[in-house]
Parts: sequence; C-alpha cells; structure tokens
Amino acid sequence: LRKNVEDFTGPRERSDLGFVTFDITADILNRKNGLQTFWDIFDWNVKQLFLYLSAEYSTKNNALNQVVLWDKIMLRGDNPRLFLKDMKSKYFFFDDGNGLKGNRNITLTLSWNVVPNAGILPLVTGSGHVSVPFPDTYETTKSY
Amino acid sequence: PRTAAAAGMLSLDFLDDVRRMNKRQLYYQVLNFGMIVSSALMIWKGLMVVTGSESPIVVVLSGSMEPAFHRGDLLFLTNRIEDPIRVGEIVVFRIEGREIPIVHRVLKIHEKQNGDIKFLTKGDNNAVDDRGLYKQGQYWLEKKDVVGRARGFVPYIGIVTILMNDYPKFKYAVLFLLGLFVLVHRE
Repeated sequence: LRKNVEDFTGPRERSDLGFVTFDITADILNRKNGLQTFWDIFDWNVKQLFLYLSAEYSTKNNALNQVVLWDKIMLRGDNPRLFLKDMKSKYFFFDDGNGLKGNRNITLTLSWNVVPNAGILPLVTGSGHVSVPFPDTYETTKSY
Repeated sequence: PRTAAAAGMLSLDFLDDVRRMNKRQLYYQVLNFGMIVSSALMIWKGLMVVTGSESPIVVVLSGSMEPAFHRGDLLFLTNRIEDPIRVGEIVVFRIEGREIPIVHRVLKIHEKQNGDIKFLTKGDNNAVDDRGLYKQGQYWLEKKDVVGRARGFVPYIGIVTILMNDYPKFKYAVLFLLGLFVLVHRE
C-alpha cells in the first residue's frame, strides 16, 4: 500500500485549507491464517467495500483531527487492486482553525468499511500509511 | 367436555370453540398473552442496556446510504461511551428538535484533549455533506446527538414497520391477527 502526495495550504477566511494530490496503489486482501489470497475479500457475504482515504493530525486547537479526503464504493466484482494517480481530494480539507500551517505530521491512511449482505459491519484500516508535512507558508491566489 | 371440544375444532368453527372455553381458560390465555408482551418488552429493555443505545434497532428510511443500505433495512446499533467516534463510522443521529433519526457516515472529526468532539456527516449517496440538514446555525454534530453506531445489519426485514407506518389499516390488521392467534391457540 503506497501513497505519494504533494501539498499546499491556502487561507480561507479564518481556517486553513489544505490541498493534497495523491497516488494510491493498493491491494485489498483478506488475510486468513497468514495466507494472502486475491479476490478473497469479496466472499459470499460481502456486498461492497466503502473505501476512504483519511488524514489524521493534531493541532493546538484539537488533540485529534480526522478528515476524509476521498472515498470510493467498490462493489462485489470490481477489481480489488487500485492504481490511482494524481487524484485530487474529493472533499475540502478544512482545519478547525489554523493548524495545517507548518504541521509536519499529517498521516494519510486508507481504510474501508466492509458491507455484508447481512451481518456485522467492520471497519478495517489498511496497513501502510504515509506521513505528510504541510509547508510553513500560505500560497496566495491558488485557483482550485 | 374435552372430546366434545376436539370434535368442535374439526367442524372449522373458531367462534364455537372460543365459546366452549370456560372463563378460567380465557383468563389463562389472556395472562399468557400478557406474559409474551412483557417478555418482549424485557428483551427490548435488555438490548437498550447492553448496547447503551436508546434505540438499539432502527429501520433505514431513506435511500441516502445506497447502495449499502436501502429503505427497509434493519440496523443494529451500539452507543457505548468508551467507543470513540471516528471517521468512516456509520452513525445514527437526531437533529435537535427533529424526531426522525438519520443514518449517515462520519466525514470529519475534531476532538479536544478532554474528549469533547464535534463531527460532520454525509450520506454515501448524497453529493454534499449534511450541513444543509443541520439546524439553522449548526455546523457540527456532537456526542449528545448520536443515537448509536451501526454495527450490523439485516436487509429488507424493516419493510414491515414502514408498511405499518404508512398504512395504519395494515398495522391494525396485523395486530388484530396476532391477538386472535394468541388467544385462540392451544398450547
């Protein structure tokens, strides 16, 4: 699981707005007894996977912040391997305040919600995450 | 009187049968019925305690979480305080002043050191987040708005409650049939 990103920050009225572009290379596997089997994640009781890329970080204002940047619904029958390049975040990455500027430690993780045909709804976090630093200065006049 | 009653059942006449039951048997059946209702209530209250939620089972009312959930699906919730609210979770919440609970996914959270948390939600099938649904001037949801977190689900079954809500005649018919069945049924 690998993600590569570049980023900028832009001031929007009072709160920091971050811009992140990323690549995702992932294999969604279901590990059973230490064996890796492809296509296994979509077993008879899995209807779909709700994938989401979230950024987690700490700021002066808030001890824990989590923002979903991008999500995707993967239906049974879809290829469980992702090769996405130069993706822009789907949702605005606003902070609650000005905690993105100069924040060196933003962790991006890919997770997914397994939606069964019937039964338990587990949330799984992918192994492998990427730490991303935001620069100390704001970009001016960035058109999104 | 017993064998006469057995013969009576064979003649397919329910009403005759009920008349034949003496008062004691009728009271017995009514008590039986009361016990079934009490047991059901106790199980419901027990579920409330175990899950920590005031409404441990809810029916999905809208299509805003498709294709994961459809109208009529049944959701099982927990609302344990020890479980922190995190993005990606499916929460059932109520907007202040509104009765109908909404089932959507957590999109953003900001949590303070002391555990105070404010979060934003969005339906999978909606193009935008839920800010438009919240109260006038409200931008975030808080722990107190949460009814529970969806932990499991069963499809379709909840359609019965939706039908009963939309067609009251259907509800009365179901209740009447149930009552009739319990009163007349012989253990």
